[in-house]
Amino acid sequence: MTIQFNDETFRGDFTFRNSEWAIKRFPFPFHEDSYMYSVNMEPHTSYRPGSVFERTFDVDEHYVSEMKDRAQVLADDPLRCQSLPHMTLAGWDLVELIMEAKAREYPDLFELHKNGNRWRWVNKPLGIDDTFTFLDESTLPYGPMEYITRQTQGDFALLDQRDDNLWMDAGMVTTQADWSLDFDIGMNFFEWHAPVPKAHEMGIFVRALKFLLNIQQGQPARRLNWTMTVNPLLDTSPENYHKWGEMKQDLTLENMGSKQHLRVELQTFFRLPRSNALVFPIRCYLISFGDLVTVPKWGRRLHRVIRDLPEELATYKGFIDNRPMMVEWLSQYDDGSPTSDGIWPDDD
Amino acid sequence: MSAGTAKLNVTVAEVKPINDLVTRFKFVRTGGGDLPTFSGGAHTVVEMQDGDITRLNAYSLMSNPADRGAYTISVRRDDQGRGGSKFMHTRVIEGMEMVISNPVNLFSLDLRAKKHLMLAGGIGITPFMAQMHQLSMMDGHFELHYSVRTASLGTYAKELSERYPGKVHIYHDDQNEAIDLKTLLANQPLGTHVYVCGPKGMIEWVHGTAEAMGWPREAVHSEEFLAPASGKPFEVKCAVSNKIVQVGEHQSLLEALEAAGIDAPYLCRGGACGQCETNVIGYDGKFLHYDHWLTDEQKAGGKHIMPCVSRFEGKTLVLDR
Repeated sequence: MTIQFNDETFRGDFTFRNSEWAIKRFPFPFHEDSYMYSVNMEPHTSYRPGSVFERTFDVDEHYVSEMKDRAQVLADDPLRCQSLPHMTLAGWDLVELIMEAKAREYPDLFELHKNGNRWRWVNKPLGIDDTFTFLDESTLPYGPMEYITRQTQGDFALLDQRDDNLWMDAGMVTTQADWSLDFDIGMNFFEWHAPVPKAHEMGIFVRALKFLLNIQQGQPARRLNWTMTVNPLLDTSPENYHKWGEMKQDLTLENMGSKQHLRVELQTFFRLPRSNALVFPIRCYLISFGDLVTVPKWGRRLHRVIRDLPEELATYKGFIDNRPMMVEWLSQYDDGSPTSDGIWPDDD
Repeated sequence: MSAGTAKLNVTVAEVKPINDLVTRFKFVRTGGGDLPTFSGGAHTVVEMQDGDITRLNAYSLMSNPADRGAYTISVRRDDQGRGGSKFMHTRVIEGMEMVISNPVNLFSLDLRAKKHLMLAGGIGITPFMAQMHQLSMMDGHFELHYSVRTASLGTYAKELSERYPGKVHIYHDDQNEAIDLKTLLANQPLGTHVYVCGPKGMIEWVHGTAEAMGWPREAVHSEEFLAPASGKPFEVKCAVSNKIVQVGEHQSLLEALEAAGIDAPYLCRGGACGQCETNVIGYDGKFLHYDHWLTDEQKAGGKHIMPCVSRFEGKTLVLDR
């Protein structure tokens, strides 16, 4: 498959668009007509050809433009990428994981040629052809984690594992749903999840941590998470809330279909072999409400989920004020008929 | 599928007796190709087909983690044990095909440490061998203190002294040499992490001494795999699978569940990692908890058991499996 890369923006004039192909493969996150937290982990194995679950690191039509947006965010705010000194080895683990996977799964786009520790990496979409020495930082233009995540869609948290906990000790975070690496760096799993409502009482985090501590080499896991974003913004960071927060007030029933986006995160978890750290890629997919309701099952279900979502969750996800209007708009696409189980469109 | 059971098909490339008690085994991937990289301190679970019994024992990987061509382990023969080490010593030969797990690390280096102080007793040397390989490639600062019974039973002591001159200190029990732990700990630079692997008594001694001297708990690391204890046979009812399982005298509860075709997760099979923790639905009798995982309250509570090492005596035990 050769991907036609879009030339589009995630700021300013917001020219981001999903093609028919991207809409059909969108990772719709609701498998039933209601939503509550769960440790909804499953093995990250190749599933459903063409879907975002097929490859280890999904590459889609937004790749080149997303990487341009990341470069812009980093130019404006270098603290979006940080790595504590003991995490360099984990950064190299990540270089190996991503390069090997992309070269294997997208041979028309990426090539990796190894001669011992001398590696040549070819990234055709971004026009990169670099030769470097594996495990020698002086041979790359950036640290290893920064180098490879400037070329890979999604945010990345590198979590050190020690004292029966996980520690946010490195990351590349430019497409986040309102959290800050600069704030969270050095925190443990319970500390960085402290703001999440309800889940603590439900014991979700104790169970989730136990699961994550036991993720083993060769057995990655994945889950979906979601929120709402007005305008196709990748960078909804606390650092820039003054720029995007007020956009939520521009929403009307008339512009709902084009402005309001469902934001879905494909979160994956891999054990890294040399450092024994975990890498937590958080890949963001955006879809406008207008595009989403072209799949009738998704339109009906999204209406029911948003209508019935507990108030704390709508507040935490930042759309409590707009919810009544979102529900009103979505109700046009809910004829009350039953929806089938699972996340996939019915015509498949 | 059970966690931690991603399997590797390997062929035994070398069986080399090291001394009267220890034999070294080298595995290469069957059919060729690289094995996964691993981190120093990782172990692999080796499957042994011993007649009708499948034995699964965890052994630390001791080879250079960067060498993806082969893994090596060293096995100390335990004549009092349930047969795993005896199987390795007497039945495993070069050319034999075996199945091992992907590497799992429950004893990893804290890469923040300014210095790594390693304390090994006997066969507890093996995880440190991989860690020292890893650290010497990264120019890491380490020092090994290794206690052995006699010079002839000092597995790898001579080669390690030669490989890392000035960093390896050997203590012979038969010459009344012993690690002067208090002095050693008192003279470490700030930011030192201590690692201990060896007999239970040694691990407790290191933790106790370090704690008494004010060392932070997070700076002292240990690994001890327990071998499952033998005991009286008992019967267990598995509510989910609706099966009644008999646990034999020399069989662990986990092994009995597996033999009955019940999927039970595991990683270390030695009471340390917590993976196999199983909920107890009901019981009439007494638990024999041998693991390091459950808290004392949990052990007293009668709601959980670690089937890899712990046992039961009494009339009925019903598990959520």
